[in-house]
Amino acid sequence: MIETYVLTWMTFLPLAGAVVITCLPGRAHQAIRWTGVAATTPSLLLSVWLLRHFDPANTAPQFVHRFAWIRSYNIEYFLGVDGISVTMVVLTALLSFLCMFASFGIEKALKGYFALFLLLETGMMGTFLALDFFLFYVFWELMLLPMYFLIGIWGGPRREYAAIKFFLYTLLGSVLMLVALLYLYFTPDPHSFDMTKLGALVADKISIRVQVLLWVALFIGFAIKIPAFPFHTWLPDAHVEAPTAISVILAGVLLKMGTYGILRINYGVLPAATLAPLWDNGPAVAFVLLAALGTWNIIYGAFCAMAQRDLKKLVAYSSISHMGYVMLGMAAFTPQGINGAVLQMFNHGTITAMLFLLVGVIYDRAHHRDIEGFGGLASIMPLYTGVTGFAFFAAMGIPGLSAFISEVLVLLGSWRVHPELTVVAASAVVLTAAYMLWALQRMYLGAPNPKYANTGWEINGRELFTLAPLAVLVLLLGIYPMLILDLQSPALLALNEKVTATVQQATHLASMAGGQ
Amino acid sequence: MGTAASFRFFGPELALGAALLLVIFVDLATAGRGRRSEWPATIALGAAAATVVLSVGFPLFGWAGLGETLRPTWLFDRMLVLDQFAIFFKVLLGLSLLAVVTMSIASREIAESPNQGEYYTVLLGSTLGMFLMASAANLLMAYLALEFVSLSSYVLTGFLRHNRRSSEAALKYLIYGGVASGAMIYGMSWVYGLTGSMDYGQIAAALAKAPAENRLALFTGLVLVLAGFGYKVAVVPFHMWAPDVYTGAPLPITTFLAVASKAAGFAMLLRFFNFGVGTNGPSAAMSGLPLVQLMAAISALTMLVGNLAAISQTNVKRLLAYSSIAHAGYALMGVAVFAEQGVAAVLLYLAVYYVMNLGAFWVTLLVVNTTGREDLDAFRGLAWRGGAPVAVTLAIFLFSLAGLPPFAGFIGKLYVFAAGIKGQLYWLVVWGALNSVVSLYYYARIVKLMFLDQPGPQDGPVHFPNAEVGAVAVLSALTLYFGVRFEWLYQAAVAASRLLRG
Repeated sequence: MIETYVLTWMTFLPLAGAVVITCLPGRAHQAIRWTGVAATTPSLLLSVWLLRHFDPANTAPQFVHRFAWIRSYNIEYFLGVDGISVTMVVLTALLSFLCMFASFGIEKALKGYFALFLLLETGMMGTFLALDFFLFYVFWELMLLPMYFLIGIWGGPRREYAAIKFFLYTLLGSVLMLVALLYLYFTPDPHSFDMTKLGALVADKISIRVQVLLWVALFIGFAIKIPAFPFHTWLPDAHVEAPTAISVILAGVLLKMGTYGILRINYGVLPAATLAPLWDNGPAVAFVLLAALGTWNIIYGAFCAMAQRDLKKLVAYSSISHMGYVMLGMAAFTPQGINGAVLQMFNHGTITAMLFLLVGVIYDRAHHRDIEGFGGLASIMPLYTGVTGFAFFAAMGIPGLSAFISEVLVLLGSWRVHPELTVVAASAVVLTAAYMLWALQRMYLGAPNPKYANTGWEINGRELFTLAPLAVLVLLLGIYPMLILDLQSPALLALNEKVTATVQQATHLASMAGGQ
Repeated sequence: MGTAASFRFFGPELALGAALLLVIFVDLATAGRGRRSEWPATIALGAAAATVVLSVGFPLFGWAGLGETLRPTWLFDRMLVLDQFAIFFKVLLGLSLLAVVTMSIASREIAESPNQGEYYTVLLGSTLGMFLMASAANLLMAYLALEFVSLSSYVLTGFLRHNRRSSEAALKYLIYGGVASGAMIYGMSWVYGLTGSMDYGQIAAALAKAPAENRLALFTGLVLVLAGFGYKVAVVPFHMWAPDVYTGAPLPITTFLAVASKAAGFAMLLRFFNFGVGTNGPSAAMSGLPLVQLMAAISALTMLVGNLAAISQTNVKRLLAYSSIAHAGYALMGVAVFAEQGVAAVLLYLAVYYVMNLGAFWVTLLVVNTTGREDLDAFRGLAWRGGAPVAVTLAIFLFSLAGLPPFAGFIGKLYVFAAGIKGQLYWLVVWGALNSVVSLYYYARIVKLMFLDQPGPQDGPVHFPNAEVGAVAVLSALTLYFGVRFEWLYQAAVAASRLLRG
């Protein structure tokens, strides 16, 4: 029983919670907050159950729940989890749960906030779990609406601008995805949206040139979400204006959907186009759009981060930089590269969540985030400074903490394939250290700013509660990354194999043609 | 089928005609000087309900002896045709009438006018004309039906006699309409001259074996006919009347024009071009002539102009007018495909467009009634001054119009795009998709005003009547429902899309 429905429960229980919240009276603040917590708890518990019962060796989708939704169009309700998505599901459940607590400080229109947040969780879960392309698209778009309102109503001073910018950018990407989706759907006969089979169904029916076009259309949709240069400009705005918990979700979960989508759809459905030349006799698609662009993201994001005065903007740009490692790693098609990339997705999710939560802590107290406006916080808030230091070091990739493992795996994996890019990407670690340490020094060290010297600020218990599980994960995965790697590796290697096999096939065909 | 026998299949139209006469009679009998009568509205409401029941009755219960496998039936010596396509539109138009009458009763502009009898007479007459448009299969009948609708629309637009904008709109509508129908009947005379018939079936047969030297002349005729139809559905470049008329007309009439008149225009367009001119791609006589490309270009332009112009509007009626122009462009994409799935997609599109656009206009009516203002600022902070449920429903309608899942508008767009992909109009589909991003901008602007902005000092609290909040809530629930469960609606559209071919 539970095997069949577990994913559906995980996806729709938050939505049920949202419905309950809309029925509560608007003044019952405590009731609304705890209903929010109660609605995210089952998904978290079920995700733990999922981890215990997930069979990593099986690369096929597991815990499948599947039935015909729109029979005449062969659209299915098809949820399933495999090694690519399992860690993302856990990350989503965990961050949603923690963010409920991080949202306790919200005062304005509480009811709407929590209801929309839960709707957002349904959208996120569904996106990671859907294996029907149409269903995936519906969930993907479903996330936009709550996000627009969450930024636009509960955000900072320029929230309206940031919200509409986020909305338009993401929609621009997704309509291109829609066109590609329809093209893919109509190619095989009978038409199909089944992501697990679509690749095999269309492989021989679409010329490689059109496949590359479709690949690029899908990529633009996902690149906007990652966000990859030059589609990244919505991100700093959205982060600066969004309330803390929404920034956490945005950076922790939503950005991963970009890279997840590339793995699931670009690689899974159009493997042959992934390593095909982008133009005649040109470099491979994955090399240009993932490896090279990813490396550029690493450098560009790091330099932008260095120039920021706003701490939140700094963290936002650091996300762009860190997501670059994911792109670089997944373009290498080596076991280390792709494993490192997906591990980096998880690690960035936990670390950047910590960073945004910590920014929120100081913003709630000082009501500004100007790096220059602090100084010597270590002597005012020692505990807070300690946790911040931990998170900053984790983000820098210090050995012993989780990001180190994933970044090293990415660099190792890509060294064999793109040594030039790897050298550049590796040297960016220095840049990361530079902006992180510089910010740390300006804000926390030195003489305390007299303005805040006697405020008696310190991080409170609720805030620590949201940070502690993430810190434990960061430490644990820094020491024993196999916890995650074991789960994802077989599925990722199979995906690697799927993509690289098309190249062997193509060269084989070419040599046969040459021989004749 | 002869005239006498045809009346059995003419139930909805007869009901409308009878109600029309009844309104005139009752109005004469009851109206005193300056006294308002409730009777015309009541009769119109009853007639609308009866029309829907009678129209639905055919496919569901096989009334009038048509049996379950509703065969297309020619009526009145091949002037009209009764097929599932016509029935689909009759149901849609009947429902539009029902909604518009309900809105009229709720609207201050209309309900406070002493000329109740005239209003409902003309409204019923206009609907009767639209019913004829949906089933006309003869150029002459089509022209007469179109003129019937046009003339009554001019009157309805100018119904607020003492309002200068209303009169101006009626005059503009009249002049544009005159030019368009002149062009159309000129084009029809070309088609008649070249094919020797006004009957769509015979036109189709004649086109199939038309000599090649006539192609250019035929094309000219068709383009002129398209101008007339294009004016009715308000596609670029025949759209200029729409913004002024939509703004000047009383709101229920704006809704009527945006929903019903457009649907009737599409019925006519589809029947002529997808049956008369060619069922699977334009007829061989058109080979080498850019009919598909012309339609596609009009569709592309219509989307672009509608969406770009809507961005800078400050009057909500005008904004919705441009938005409805853009939507005609999306629907036209399905016409340009020249295939059954294109027709089905247009029908589905019109059905979901009916639900969401009606909802948007209805909420606008509520806001205009309460605040007395038509500018966008009337919506400022609506959610924070007691209008939260209504604001939520409007947000649903607007996001649906923008084409976001899980709302009905997404399904409409999906099927139109799917038809475009299948018809290999790839560039048009990409264009349409990009245009829906543009459209989100102005739809979201209203949502932003309602939710993201705080009410200013001049924006007092609002209170809406419960019954009407209920009505828009039902429409928004339908918008959501069709976004998730659209299979039966699509099946109905597919069944209706076979036009005359059974």
